[in-house]
Amino acid sequence: MDAQLAIGGVIALYIFLLAVFTGYEVISRVPAILHTPLMSGSNFVHGIVVVGSLYALLDATSILGVVVGFFGVLLGAANVAGAYVVTERMLQMFKPSDRKPR
Amino acid sequence: MSVQLFIELAGLVAAFLLIYGLKRMSSPVTAHGGILLAGIGMLVVILASWVHVLDVPPAAQSGLAIKIVLAIVALALGLGWAAWTGRRVAITAMPQMVALYNGMGGGAAAAIAAAELIGGTSMGGVHWVVTLLGASIGSISLSGSVVAWAKLDGRLGTPWRVRGQHWLNGGVLAALVAFGAGVLATQSGAGMAVLAILFFVAALGLGVLATLPIGGADMPVVISLYNAFTGLAVGLDGFVIGNPVLMIAGMVVGSAGTLLTLLMARAMNRSVSNVLFSNFGEIDTTSAGTISGRLKPAEASDAAIAMRYAGKVIIAPGYGLAAAQAQQKLYEFVKLLQAAGVEVKFAIHPVAGRMPGHMDVLLAEAGVPYDLLYELDEINEEFADTDIALVIGANDVVNPSARTEKSSPIYGMPILNVDRAHQIYVIKRGQGKGYAGVENALFYADNCNMVYGDAQAVLAQMVQAIKALGEAAPQEQAA
Repeated sequence: MDAQLAIGGVIALYIFLLAVFTGYEVISRVPAILHTPLMSGSNFVHGIVVVGSLYALLDATSILGVVVGFFGVLLGAANVAGAYVVTERMLQMFKPSDRKPR
Repeated sequence: MSVQLFIELAGLVAAFLLIYGLKRMSSPVTAHGGILLAGIGMLVVILASWVHVLDVPPAAQSGLAIKIVLAIVALALGLGWAAWTGRRVAITAMPQMVALYNGMGGGAAAAIAAAELIGGTSMGGVHWVVTLLGASIGSISLSGSVVAWAKLDGRLGTPWRVRGQHWLNGGVLAALVAFGAGVLATQSGAGMAVLAILFFVAALGLGVLATLPIGGADMPVVISLYNAFTGLAVGLDGFVIGNPVLMIAGMVVGSAGTLLTLLMARAMNRSVSNVLFSNFGEIDTTSAGTISGRLKPAEASDAAIAMRYAGKVIIAPGYGLAAAQAQQKLYEFVKLLQAAGVEVKFAIHPVAGRMPGHMDVLLAEAGVPYDLLYELDEINEEFADTDIALVIGANDVVNPSARTEKSSPIYGMPILNVDRAHQIYVIKRGQGKGYAGVENALFYADNCNMVYGDAQAVLAQMVQAIKALGEAAPQEQAA
């Protein structure tokens, strides 16, 4: 993958370090009421894997590479779409009691 | 602007939107906007990555048109199938679908690493190690999540355990490491291909073996752990293919998912290592302490009328409520109580439902506003000045033995202090025991009455009882 921006080992560690703290901070004060949607939501975020699979398929140089890439894109697309739909469905149900009970 | 720079900038925008979206998802007020933002970010990065078509390395130019068609087909199939199933799945079945989608992400991560092994002969040592790590973690997440899905979906029976399970798993793990070292040593040729295949088989096998012995109650923790695994694998893949968005998004989920796993495990009074390496449910239940008192059945209508004239009612729902599809009826009943001036709150135990937070979603689906839902810590003090506590389809999470009975398998689990309310009504299907197979001292308490029956039917009778009262009231005034 030499066409990509070269990220040296140490720079990668910096990125990983910051990302780990970010993930921790973003989640640390979440109320239990949102545990299930948030798990589904983070499931959606790692659906970004579909992008990597797309590169793997397009850059494949052998039949086997194409087959593996194809399944990667298929599974990654299912991950990202399924997790989005499920998370969105759950979260749009959460409503405050703005309407006074009749 | 070069193709590469364009993709990098789009990735930067996407990384911001994904993290900011996830942040907004952590509060109920902003959560829905959060997933929309993250969705936009994802759309941006997926669309931008297509520009890569213009920048494919020369070695991969042959058959590019076919590969583009295949990519479109794979995307359409994957998106279409998942959007269709995601829309149709019942909220009660949500945990296993989350597991399934997560497993697919793990599979995609493993595929990226496999593609790298197939094509990348010019990689350095660190690259090889990281690729193998990503491949194994993604594969474990794939097979483990599929087993978790099959279990929660009722496609696999009782937990499968053999003698020396830990040794077997340890052996497979050792084989996995050995095959990985073999791939690293050979790096190319037929020998490497065989070793790589064995490597993937061992990783997939480890995921299956590690998940099979785990019981249904612990499954949410495992699903959350595999969610973190997939994130980690995606992050490592990002490093391997030199893609910063994958690195950031993957690692954010890796750490957020790990924290979420720990929070869930703590809420269930279980440690993660306990979940993975011990077998819940194999506890001697014959030693349960003696319980004095007797069960006192009550009529649904009496319970309803008692609540109608109470000042404050706290409802403790359990999975039995969702199993009976009675959330709508419950909320109908609650609205009648509220209209009569009764203060009503819901007390949600962390493990009510099939995974932490699941009960909140099930109640939200029925239209219950989230500001009526209270967590264990928020509401436990309030039971002492509550007139009536209504327990529906919950058992272990309201069992006071968890506080006192050292021999009980649920000893030490935080429970809802329902027994401190002045009066308790329990709606229950029959006289059976809860998930943990323990007798519940609460049901025998002097201030507790049992309303037996299907939650849906009982709540319908209770709604009826209150409505009949309402119809009678104006006539009294007229008289």
